[in-house]
Amino acid sequence: MSRTRTPVVAGWFTEGGDGFRLLGTRCGACTSVFFPREDHRCRNPACGSGELEEVPLSRRGRVWSFTDSRYRPPSPYVTNPELPWEPCALIAVELAAERIVVLGQAAPGVAVADLTVGMEVEVVSGVLHEDAETTWTTWQWRPTGARQDEGRGMTGDVA
Amino acid sequence: MTGDVAVMGVGMHPWGKWGRSFVEYGVAAARAALADAGLDWRDVGSIVGADTVRGGYPGYVAGATFAKALGWQGARVASVYAACASGAQALDTARAQIVAGLADVVLVVGADAAPKGFFRPAGGDRPDDPDWLRFRILGATNPVYFGLYARRRMAMHGDTPDDFARVKVKNAAMGALNPLARYRNPVTAEQVAASAVVADPLRLLDICATSDGGAALVLSSMEFARRHGPAEPVRIRAVSTVTPRFPNTVLDLPDIATDSAAAVDPPGETFRRSIARAAYEEAGIGPEELSLAEVYDLSTALELQWYEDLALCGEGEGAKLLRDGVTALGGRIPVNVSGGLASFGEAVPAQAIAQVCELTWQLRGEAGDRQVAGARVGVSANQGLFGHGSAVVVVQ
Repeated sequence: MSRTRTPVVAGWFTEGGDGFRLLGTRCGACTSVFFPREDHRCRNPACGSGELEEVPLSRRGRVWSFTDSRYRPPSPYVTNPELPWEPCALIAVELAAERIVVLGQAAPGVAVADLTVGMEVEVVSGVLHEDAETTWTTWQWRPTGARQDEGRGMTGDVA
Repeated sequence: MTGDVAVMGVGMHPWGKWGRSFVEYGVAAARAALADAGLDWRDVGSIVGADTVRGGYPGYVAGATFAKALGWQGARVASVYAACASGAQALDTARAQIVAGLADVVLVVGADAAPKGFFRPAGGDRPDDPDWLRFRILGATNPVYFGLYARRRMAMHGDTPDDFARVKVKNAAMGALNPLARYRNPVTAEQVAASAVVADPLRLLDICATSDGGAALVLSSMEFARRHGPAEPVRIRAVSTVTPRFPNTVLDLPDIATDSAAAVDPPGETFRRSIARAAYEEAGIGPEELSLAEVYDLSTALELQWYEDLALCGEGEGAKLLRDGVTALGGRIPVNVSGGLASFGEAVPAQAIAQVCELTWQLRGEAGDRQVAGARVGVSANQGLFGHGSAVVVVQ
């Protein structure tokens, strides 16, 4: 039986003809960008405009930090309790144009040993889990293999 | 200047995994604090409870629950929730009532019986809840965030896992001297290194446990203290409960992304630094005047971050401060002489109150084997979910 591909959250990413992109919103008044998307009011306290439009976020960014989950996370994270837990790497990625850091899982096969702060990664489509009818899709980060630059990010703040 | 309030009494129920109701721990702590103050529960004009935490959100109502368990006597009541900062907000509420003249004596109580294992979100489908979403989409437990912060410090400042282990060794040594702590065995760097990795680069002994415990304070106006209490009581001089400023560019629990700084440059200081600065400004006291600090070591690496956020040293210099022994008992500014969360484990609504209990015992000179010689000024600091944080300045 073929499963339906369904995003784990509606409206946070698209797999359209332009390839996989995270979707945020941008304020038409002050140009602040929001991910997860704000659709009601801009959260810049000096703005508060209601003109928010959907925008795709940059495909590529640089690793702000990374870690992994060595133990099975609790519900509502879905895992198969009959299978041993495989550690999952997580990457916080700084997108230069948006000046934002977005957390995501690493693509399958990417472990913490493969990562360094400052490394370039790109967003790709991933599968969170599958059940009888549905393949639940999500976003993942994958190293591009591009040459690494110096690791300091634009926002510069530590932890 | 807001005006000081007096700490008339402090009390705690020992931390552990006792398997009983949070009410029992809170009442035990409250009775201990009242006894320490030499006051009867019926002398209390207001009780403020720090709510328990369940699934990231308020669990059991605290204030009225403790008031009923102690015996209804008509006191004004409030309950507050601010995740890990709940205890400090309860203290802040009490202080505001005293300064405003609404009550002379206020009892502040926090207690919890923590569920086992990872903190997890509330049940059911909650796609509008950021705390639920980070578990559903990413499996991002609290230690995942602690691991991200630790790795960032390694990349930016050259901290090492050995530095992180050194925090645990220091705090375990001090916790061994504290009869109220849950973990009272010294820990070696080898034991930290041999414990399992939970969220790279952090190991089990780098991350605080979740515990049962209770803590309480009896606060009063300075005038009441002059009439009924010690001539020179320990005083609360400042309480900071500020929120972040947009854009908050440090990934914060339970968020999946930071604010964007595309349109507005980030403020000149991080959220955590602003928590400390607000406390110092309100107190009219600088970090160089501190005798000791109690900080929220949810992980070992986070303790080093607090050194910098409290301006005990410059940015990136936290590990050096630790290595030089400055933050150990006998150092220039001992940090977490109680043993910290490393030795207690977190009983969320009680923890920020317990920090103030420790500062009070230290400033009175009643801390026994872990006494900081000549302690005059102490600060506590903490941060929890959803943009909550606190810092409390206590003076003698």
